[in-house]
Amino acid sequence: MPLAFAAAAVHAPGITGRSQNATERQREVFFPAYQRLRERLEAARLDALVMVSAEHFTNFFMDNMPAFCFGLAEDYPGPSEDEPFLKIPKTRVPGAARLARALATAVGEDVDIAHSEELVLDHGFMVPLHLLTPRMGLPIVPIVINCLAAPRPALKRCYALGRSLRRAIEARTERIGLLACGGLSHWPAVPESGKLNVEWDRAFLEDFLAHRRDALTRYTEEEIERDAGPGGHEVRAWIVVSAATEGAQGEMLCFEPIPAYAITGAIATLHV
Amino acid sequence: MSLYAVQKVLFQLNNDAAARQRFAADRDALLAGYSLTQEERRALAEADVGRLHVMGAHPLLLAPFAGRAGLKWPDYLAALRRARDAQIK
Repeated sequence: MPLAFAAAAVHAPGITGRSQNATERQREVFFPAYQRLRERLEAARLDALVMVSAEHFTNFFMDNMPAFCFGLAEDYPGPSEDEPFLKIPKTRVPGAARLARALATAVGEDVDIAHSEELVLDHGFMVPLHLLTPRMGLPIVPIVINCLAAPRPALKRCYALGRSLRRAIEARTERIGLLACGGLSHWPAVPESGKLNVEWDRAFLEDFLAHRRDALTRYTEEEIERDAGPGGHEVRAWIVVSAATEGAQGEMLCFEPIPAYAITGAIATLHV
Repeated sequence: MSLYAVQKVLFQLNNDAAARQRFAADRDALLAGYSLTQEERRALAEADVGRLHVMGAHPLLLAPFAGRAGLKWPDYLAALRRARDAQIK
């Protein structure tokens, strides 16, 4: 069955943890846009949601750092962060275990991946879930990408993963959605925290919406670090979704710089 | 300089409640299990996040460590900034 839903959205912990720090106008733009994404997700009547997010030293360390890791578990504890910090209560999110195993097997034909039955969900997954499926009832297939410890997976490999994921999903009978979770340019937890490169974000999103493989994967690691900050490496999740939705018309639901959340509040949907 | 070991300590303390308890009970005993210089040992024991930052510890390891050490967010960022400025001078 074709992909039933595809989108990409930011996941910064400030969105839930320090929600009130944004201006009233920013909140009036950003949160209703996330709500519109929720409505589209609900209208898609998904059986499962494949979520692509970044590693943040929640599950993996440099003793053994997978480039891509598929979660194969029956359920996942989250969030890993304390409730006073993230303002999301601890819970368990159901896993689509059988589907996860089938997707991991199929993708393995094209891209070498790791898998885990013990993933813990951090803000990267839990902030979007809190806003999109607050009852935490939709089974997920979490995919973690190493976006922090160099050498990170090459951008071209992320694009290849996206293409492969689409083939794997289309071979299934379930109604499956795909969501990239992560920031564009940002400088998290460093003295520059709150700095954004809105022009860089705009240029990246244009290529993202148009599925321009060569443009999306042209950046060197040094260019991302310099122009999009240490958090900019998370665009890998967006690249996966752009690749998985080639040919689909994209639409921005929100593009609102919110320094208080240390990100541009970017939310995009693809009409798959 | 053993940045890997410094970051490993931070990762353990951030992700393992038992390691945090051991650290709270006897910092030196926990740190003795890692190959660290005197300066690194002191920076970890005193939660000197500015020092750890200029040593190169990853900010996503430092921020949760700082939070659990009782540092408020603006104070955490200020400590990093001070340490970085001092190094540039």
